[in-house]
Amino acid sequence: MTDNPRFLSRGELLAMAVLALLLVVILPLALDIFRLNLVAKYLTYAFVAIGLVLCWGNGGILSLGQGVFFGLGGYCMAMFLKLEASSVENTKIQSTPGIPDFMDWNQLTALPFFWQPFHSLVFTIVAILVVPALFAFIIGAAMFKRRVGGVYFAIITQAVAAILTILIIGQQGYTGGINGITDLRTLKGWDIRTDGAKFILYFVEVVLLFGCILAAQFIRRSKLGRILVAMREKEDRVRFSGYNVANFKIFAFCAAAVFAAVGGAMFTLEVGFMSPSFVGIVPSIEMVIYTAVGGRLSIFGAIYGTLLVNWAKTSFSETFPELWLFGLGALFIAVVLAFPNGLAGIWRDHVQARLGRLLSRLRAGSTKTGWAARPGAGSVADGAAAE
Amino acid sequence: MTIGFHQKDFLLAVEGLTVSFDGFKAVNDLSFYVDENEIRVIIGPNGAGKTTVLDLICGKTEATSGSIRFRGQELTRMTENQIVEAGVGRKFQTPSIYDDLTVFENLEISYPRGRSVVGALAFRRDAAVRERVEAIAEMIFLKDRLDINADLLSHGQKQWLEIGMLLIQEPALLMLDEPVAGMSVSERIKTAELLKRIIKNHTVLVIEHDMKFVEDIAHKVTVLHQGQILSEGKMEKVKADPKVIEVYLGH
Repeated sequence: MTDNPRFLSRGELLAMAVLALLLVVILPLALDIFRLNLVAKYLTYAFVAIGLVLCWGNGGILSLGQGVFFGLGGYCMAMFLKLEASSVENTKIQSTPGIPDFMDWNQLTALPFFWQPFHSLVFTIVAILVVPALFAFIIGAAMFKRRVGGVYFAIITQAVAAILTILIIGQQGYTGGINGITDLRTLKGWDIRTDGAKFILYFVEVVLLFGCILAAQFIRRSKLGRILVAMREKEDRVRFSGYNVANFKIFAFCAAAVFAAVGGAMFTLEVGFMSPSFVGIVPSIEMVIYTAVGGRLSIFGAIYGTLLVNWAKTSFSETFPELWLFGLGALFIAVVLAFPNGLAGIWRDHVQARLGRLLSRLRAGSTKTGWAARPGAGSVADGAAAE
Repeated sequence: MTIGFHQKDFLLAVEGLTVSFDGFKAVNDLSFYVDENEIRVIIGPNGAGKTTVLDLICGKTEATSGSIRFRGQELTRMTENQIVEAGVGRKFQTPSIYDDLTVFENLEISYPRGRSVVGALAFRRDAAVRERVEAIAEMIFLKDRLDINADLLSHGQKQWLEIGMLLIQEPALLMLDEPVAGMSVSERIKTAELLKRIIKNHTVLVIEHDMKFVEDIAHKVTVLHQGQILSEGKMEKVKADPKVIEVYLGH
């Protein structure tokens, strides 16, 4: 089609409708609040997966450090909630009342300056979006302007994840250390630990998720989305067509960081704490695996992949805790070797293709073979005829 | 100074251009000048530095010393995308196109509008874009291929597509690196026809080995050998030059 590309193709519209039905109707009706809260936790990773589809799937920029941005978003949220939970009357048994408990344990006597603005919810929400974007911009500018890419970029993002984890653990008095920021209670006086609050937060999260889906889809459907694909394939050609390739990479990386941060902030709200174990190398790689299993070229594939792998993680790690990591590793290898486009690829190449053939056979009756319904069959023939 | 005088007259003035890779001088104190609307062909044996010269002009390789002036702008101090915006277009030796995008999308990306991040987000495929893409597609024999993925094109069609991607940028200087290499005979004839049409209103710098083709199109020929100019001038003159026969045309 030479018209502007449709915002959502028919398949994507269907996938979105099914996802909405699942998340808004089926799961809330079918699951008790404990399980629904687990789904909410899984969904926070889906935000990261959407960013990875954009940055890795479309742009070919593999980041093994998305936990950093997930964590930054999560920590921003946690700082606000922690300050609210550390009111003077809640902390009157401390030697310095009114500061978070872990600061008191670490002999801090005043709130550090960078904690001060987190008394404000508005500042916190802005910080959740801006801090990760700024951090991604700095990393991106430092790397992409120097033409660092591919494996080197992936390794550096991983190093950043390691550094940030070490920093958080080391600066215990300012960050809560290895335990993270715990014992979060209320959001503007609203107790987030009750079942009712968890139920509402789940729906808030679903709404935000669809917001992110639409934002990512807008980017993918714009010319910028096609430039990302072009860059993935022939970076030099894009550069010599007059584009500043580094700026486009920085944009994709920043967008992915912001999506991840929204997920992180929701994680803190849903789960009630934030710790460095969601920032480091292992969670960052797990997030890439969710995306790869679901399909790195498909937003919806990546979301379903995230839900499935996390569900499997919960089920298997309850019964075989020591085997789970091996299982996850094997799954990743299997996907990369056999199904590079993940579940979405399997769906498109096998299920959808077969359904299409079946439908056209039903329509055409038994006289026709249904070959025409095979995607690509027509254009292959065209290409051959042109030679 | 004669240098100042040249800058006004020529579209492209390359002077004292040198690039050395770990001491090996791939291009050595090279100077040449290209007029507006001139078709200049660079020939020479393998390793003479032909492609490196194009790399230097379009900013892919950084010069060790020397200057490249294009319409009075010093290209050696500009980034690749600034050089493109100044009006220099480059076609690579192997077809360099986007396999996962359609022919239309390939051409659209090269359309000179919305080249910033915000511009690309706001870019709309309007009638002007569509008409231009279709006009170019017709010129490069791909009008009925607009909707198929570029990886399904034949080698020759991919070369045409990249030429089309260059044309849509409307560059003042077109640089083509072996545009007919690897093509079938019929494709070669069609390409020659296409190039002859293009060169009517462009300044073109071509690297080519096909001597028949060179004779057909060249206004002036520059023969490179070991990074330096061996001979330069009209084809007849170059062909008769004993040095050129010795290192390149002979046998």
